Amino acid sequence: MNAPANTISFSLNGEKIEALQGETILQAARRNGTEIPHLCYKDGLRPDGNCRACMVEIKGERVLAPSCCRAPAPDMEVNSDNARATAAQRMVLELLLSDMPPKEYKLDNELTAWAKKMGVTNPRFDPRHSPDADLSNAAIAVNLDACIQCTRCVRACREIEVNDVIGYAFRGSHAEIVFDQGDPMGDSTCVTCGECVQACPTGALSPGNGAAMVKPDKSVDSGCPFCGVGCQLTYHVKDNKIISVTGRDGPANHNRLCVKGRYGFDYPAHKQRLTKPLIRKPGMPKSFDMEMDPANFYSTFREATWDEALDFAADGLKKIIARDGKYALAGFGSAKGSNEEAYLFQKLVRTGFGTNNVDHCTRLCHASSVVALLEGVGSGAVSNPVSDVQYAEVVIVIGSNPIVNHPVAATFIKNAVKKGTTKLILMDPRRTELARHAAYYLPFKPDTDVAMLNAMLNVIVTEGLVDEEFVRNRTENYEALKENVKNYTPEAMAPICGIDAKTLREVARLYATSKGSMILWGMGVSQHVHGTDNARCLIALSMVTGQIGRRGTGLHPLRGQNNVQGASDVGLIPMCFPDYLRVDNPEAHAKFEKLWNTPLDNKPGLTVVEIIDAACRGEIKGMYVEGENPAMSDPNSNHAREGLASLEHLIVQDIFMTETAYFADVILPASAYAEKTATFTNTDRIVQLGRQAVTPPGEARQDLWIIQEIARRLGLDWSYDGSKDVFNEMRLAMQSIAGITWERLEQENAVTYPCEQEGDPGEEVIFVEDFPRPNGRARLVPADIIPADERPDEEYPLILITGRQLEHWHTGSMTRRATVLDAIEPAPTVSMHPLDLDEIGAEGGDVLTVESRRGKVSLFARADDGIPRGSVFIAFCYYEAAANKLTNQALDPFAKIAEVKYCAVKVHKGGEEPVDLGYHSESVVA
Amino acid sequence: MSEQVIKVNEIKRKQGKPKGRVVDPAALKEVQGLLGDESRAPDLLIEHLHKIQDKFGHISSKHIVALASEMKLSQTEVYEVATFYHHFDVVKEGQTPPPPLTVRVCESLSCDMAGAHGLIESLKKALGDGVRVQPVPCVGRCQHAPVAVVGQNPVDNASSAVVLKAVEAQEIEAPVTDYVSYEQYNSGGGYQLYQDCLSGKRSPEELMSIMENSGLRGLGGAGFPVGRKWRIVSSHAAPRLMAVNIDEGEPGTFKDRHYLELDPHRFLEGMLIAAWAVGINKIYIYLRDEYAGCRKILQREIRILQSNRAAPLPEIHLRRGAGAYICGEESAMIESIEGKRGMPRLRPPFVAQVGLFGRPTLEHNMESVYWVRDIVEKGPEWFTSLGRHERKGLRSFSVSGRVKKPGVHLAPAGITMRELIDEYCGGMLDGHEFYGYFPGGASGGILPASLGDIPLDFDTLNQYGCFIGSAAVVVFSNHDKARDLALNATKFFEDESCGQCTPCRAGTAKAAMLMEKPQWNQPLLEELSVAMMDASICGLGQAAPNPIRCVMKYFPNELK
Repeated sequence: MNAPANTISFSLNGEKIEALQGETILQAARRNGTEIPHLCYKDGLRPDGNCRACMVEIKGERVLAPSCCRAPAPDMEVNSDNARATAAQRMVLELLLSDMPPKEYKLDNELTAWAKKMGVTNPRFDPRHSPDADLSNAAIAVNLDACIQCTRCVRACREIEVNDVIGYAFRGSHAEIVFDQGDPMGDSTCVTCGECVQACPTGALSPGNGAAMVKPDKSVDSGCPFCGVGCQLTYHVKDNKIISVTGRDGPANHNRLCVKGRYGFDYPAHKQRLTKPLIRKPGMPKSFDMEMDPANFYSTFREATWDEALDFAADGLKKIIARDGKYALAGFGSAKGSNEEAYLFQKLVRTGFGTNNVDHCTRLCHASSVVALLEGVGSGAVSNPVSDVQYAEVVIVIGSNPIVNHPVAATFIKNAVKKGTTKLILMDPRRTELARHAAYYLPFKPDTDVAMLNAMLNVIVTEGLVDEEFVRNRTENYEALKENVKNYTPEAMAPICGIDAKTLREVARLYATSKGSMILWGMGVSQHVHGTDNARCLIALSMVTGQIGRRGTGLHPLRGQNNVQGASDVGLIPMCFPDYLRVDNPEAHAKFEKLWNTPLDNKPGLTVVEIIDAACRGEIKGMYVEGENPAMSDPNSNHAREGLASLEHLIVQDIFMTETAYFADVILPASAYAEKTATFTNTDRIVQLGRQAVTPPGEARQDLWIIQEIARRLGLDWSYDGSKDVFNEMRLAMQSIAGITWERLEQENAVTYPCEQEGDPGEEVIFVEDFPRPNGRARLVPADIIPADERPDEEYPLILITGRQLEHWHTGSMTRRATVLDAIEPAPTVSMHPLDLDEIGAEGGDVLTVESRRGKVSLFARADDGIPRGSVFIAFCYYEAAANKLTNQALDPFAKIAEVKYCAVKVHKGGEEPVDLGYHSESVVA
Repeated sequence: MSEQVIKVNEIKRKQGKPKGRVVDPAALKEVQGLLGDESRAPDLLIEHLHKIQDKFGHISSKHIVALASEMKLSQTEVYEVATFYHHFDVVKEGQTPPPPLTVRVCESLSCDMAGAHGLIESLKKALGDGVRVQPVPCVGRCQHAPVAVVGQNPVDNASSAVVLKAVEAQEIEAPVTDYVSYEQYNSGGGYQLYQDCLSGKRSPEELMSIMENSGLRGLGGAGFPVGRKWRIVSSHAAPRLMAVNIDEGEPGTFKDRHYLELDPHRFLEGMLIAAWAVGINKIYIYLRDEYAGCRKILQREIRILQSNRAAPLPEIHLRRGAGAYICGEESAMIESIEGKRGMPRLRPPFVAQVGLFGRPTLEHNMESVYWVRDIVEKGPEWFTSLGRHERKGLRSFSVSGRVKKPGVHLAPAGITMRELIDEYCGGMLDGHEFYGYFPGGASGGILPASLGDIPLDFDTLNQYGCFIGSAAVVVFSNHDKARDLALNATKFFEDESCGQCTPCRAGTAKAAMLMEKPQWNQPLLEELSVAMMDASICGLGQAAPNPIRCVMKYFPNELK
């Protein structure tokens, strides 16, 4: 058979074989069925050639060659199994074996396996001195007595994740793997992403719960329940419990995971899982400040059967409709639940309640970004996937801390920077870990985005850096924008935003003139009363420079929840049906009345914060809340909790007794991510299949089943037989995914939308030809400076910035119950600049009380010189010190998103130390 | 199931700050003060670490954090580099910094024979805890063995009393010897050849041919033909760089120091001519940190050169080593110039094609360019006409050990050991019988006196399992044991191994363990040796077995 033109023909062990372009001798040999021992080589890591187990003899060369690092040349003669080569291979294995401890840390120890294959037993050398175990990290056991210095962990940490924690210190036989400066792993800057564990061949780095020595009953390919990156992974299950997780090669993660996805898998097995339906005991009061103990709720609730609970739930809703009208009800769906669940939930509200009063936590997150995008571009989703950063010359990250909130996405940004082909511009008042990698770091003053961005637009317009052709052919309203930014000169804006004019000009020029510039953003942009305006400026930047519609360009609002993109796509929002067709658009309205065979309301419904306010006013009397925790995530918690408390009938469907559940009249125990098979859509518009790995505990049921049961009791004639059924209806409802079949998802695990016809590959980069607006053009919308709603004053002199932490997910209901995650960050903290701490006479570790006009919390001080002077930072995941008790519910007028990134607080030393931290996680047992 | 279950609720987490260490403002100020407005580019890491070590006598953890922050590196990137090099003392929280004064006593071959161990013991006793007495590998002063370096001041032919006196008098500076000054060099016809090159009287092609015809081979140890190397590097696309290796630290070698302390401008002119011929605008000189006196000389003379030359010079950067023999290996040296751990690179690609900062690089031992002026001015035939026993050229032999007149002896290539001892070294020391010798330092193997008539040159020793390397010749006598000297050499390699590859990292350690036993397991040592020679990444691991195999082959009586 003739060899294809681009292969290289060489001889291996006397036999002629073909190598593909770019293959090494080792890879070509493997592909042709010849195994050469190797340890420091691992697919996906840069080959390093240090273990020397893969030595081969190349004719004409004086010494042997490492086959993992050599490319075959035409007619090269290679020997991997002659006496000389095997002597070297075996001696290497024997040397390494002689230093190994007597016990294994991992079932599939690669050194053990190769030694066995090569017949190397009973090493003849005396062993080295054995280092002690380091068990300081909650998730990872470090046993360097099994280390073979292959440096796979170093490459994993430094080149893949670019966390730069692991080093190779000292020299010679003293050379060792170290964390930071030779510190215990648990004391170092290690973020426990576990990439090193995944890389380690011998188990010197292994899961701390001993899972590497346990043979799982089954391994299930699924996805991660946490953030919008949408990592693919594999759950390893034993006795119906997940014991470990490994990364899979999904399009968004390529085998990488973060600490949450890799080690936060045990919350579904926490003893506080809701396992039986619960009904509130009669007369049990609801108040915003009541005691809520998730372990001890039997004084407030009693157990019920499913029938009783479902009847009670539906009857309560029907009663309110009959008495007060359909507008007295509202539903909160879930951005963590599946597409199928979200689709059914919004359909239930629209066809069962009869209104559009359905929303979910996107309202608190990227609502302003989506509104600005729908207005300006015609589509609320990203234009390019995160992975496009590798093609971008310039990447702007603004108001976002991906290292904490999208850790795996951040690794690709770091990779692109490290490669030298991409410059990073970081814009954030807080100096986060990403600043180290940035060519430009702009610590602009909180709340001054429009000033800074308009200054950049001014530079682009006045210095002739506008892409005239693109503006002319693909946009409208440029003249208004141009006129508006005339006075926003860098010199005038510098004192406002705190960035000097020179930097503003340089950054603007860099962005405008690069071959490909991409903007990624997050809550720092969106969670303001002028969040829509902020996003409008970002859109304008990309449009006037033509930095959109191609590889390595575009606009990417980093979506937070694992399925917030999907939830919005399937219409879990008050103003749109699935696929963003407005409820008050006659064509859309007709389409869905036909599809769902029932009359539909055409008035946009209320949004999340508006619903809470309406509840406080007594206009909304009943709610169905599924997989959401507004008692913790809504701004101004005390007020939000008042709203929940004032409801006459609250149904909460969740997996734990959350703060919201405590206000419920009936609680329906539901399924966790790993307990269902369904689809989820990540931030890149990739629809991915999650597969069930374990069964729900006790009498907890599938969310999908519960929603259907409620729907049936409301008179809806539903008989969906699982996610696949629902998905196929979704395809009829949504042109964007009409071409995706369930079978294709089962086969390929992931399909990007738009995929409108079966057989379409799925479009990663969109807006290539035009924008989905009536005339195909993007609309430029000028913005002016609008100040934050509540500025600091004498009484409340500091700015509160809320946000998240790496180890915890949002309201903490899941991750505070994940053993490893809560162990790493068990207590609420407020981060302040050390000099600001000095001013109140405090230091790191002291208890501080932070107070706003709306509430107060006490927590531990954390000294962090990345926090700007005059600000404090609190993550909103600790129920003991709920940050949202302080935040301001003032809304952006267009998107109705609350300004949780900015309000005024005061801080003093002292206060009640947060007690009873966490949900009492116990030791990890596999 | 593994018994090892982590008790998570026993793990304490410090709440008061972000993970790991934070920057200490005072330490940051100190580091910023030391760095001034010098570049923070990552390749200057070792230079900046030197500033901290010089100022404080050690490098504390908080200075590592501060330096990392200044250079936008992570802590571990700085820590792993600092701990690689023996001249950096990294001191973590709770550890005691070393005393302000360190006395470094060489314990390599010649100094070992001259009683280094006894010297170390008596100094430790005499100086107590107030002064650190540190055994160190070859400091390049073997002709004056034993040597103790007090601070930066080398005390030759050291005795306990002499060293104590120097300590008490706080004589810690490196003295600078008399050398041919810039003015003297110029008035002796220096830099005329370089002028001729710049003014077009000479062409690069002409020079390359001369060097090729002279047969001059690299004098650092690898022996690659100099002219051919110029031709190869100049064939690759610009920009090209030059890296001069003055880190040759083979035990027994001191010729580089000899020439630097004698006639530094002859080396500098040769270097400039080489750079000109190959088309290079940037030169990095990498100097052993043990040669503190030479550093003063070079700093002064390069500055004079830069301020006095009317014609534009290429950029010249002088970089300090930090105590790592492996950085005498060309690619490890390049890694070190790039501010990293001195770990040799895998070849291919070769340094001539992808070298310093990824550019084609002309790498030379200092002495290789020292001879350029002589060869070009006198013509290649002058060089080839010299030599003995049908070998060609001159060789600077660094001879030390049991001879009357140790030192640098410029002799014809091909001279034999016996001839060298008799004609240049004044014979063996009284009461010492010639028993054996290292023809090429610790890595060049060991030969018995019965093989003392082999011409010493490139290629002539390979059939005996030896090589000439940098011509670092160590002579030993019937007072010495070859197996002890071989163990000294093996321990040296174990200490100096960079640790990158298994055969060398583990092999040198296991070999030393085996050689320490009264009975050597010879078959196992031979098996191990072959694997090290075949599978190590660089010359250190490949050559480390030479002394071992030579003892087994040529001194079998010692092993009975």
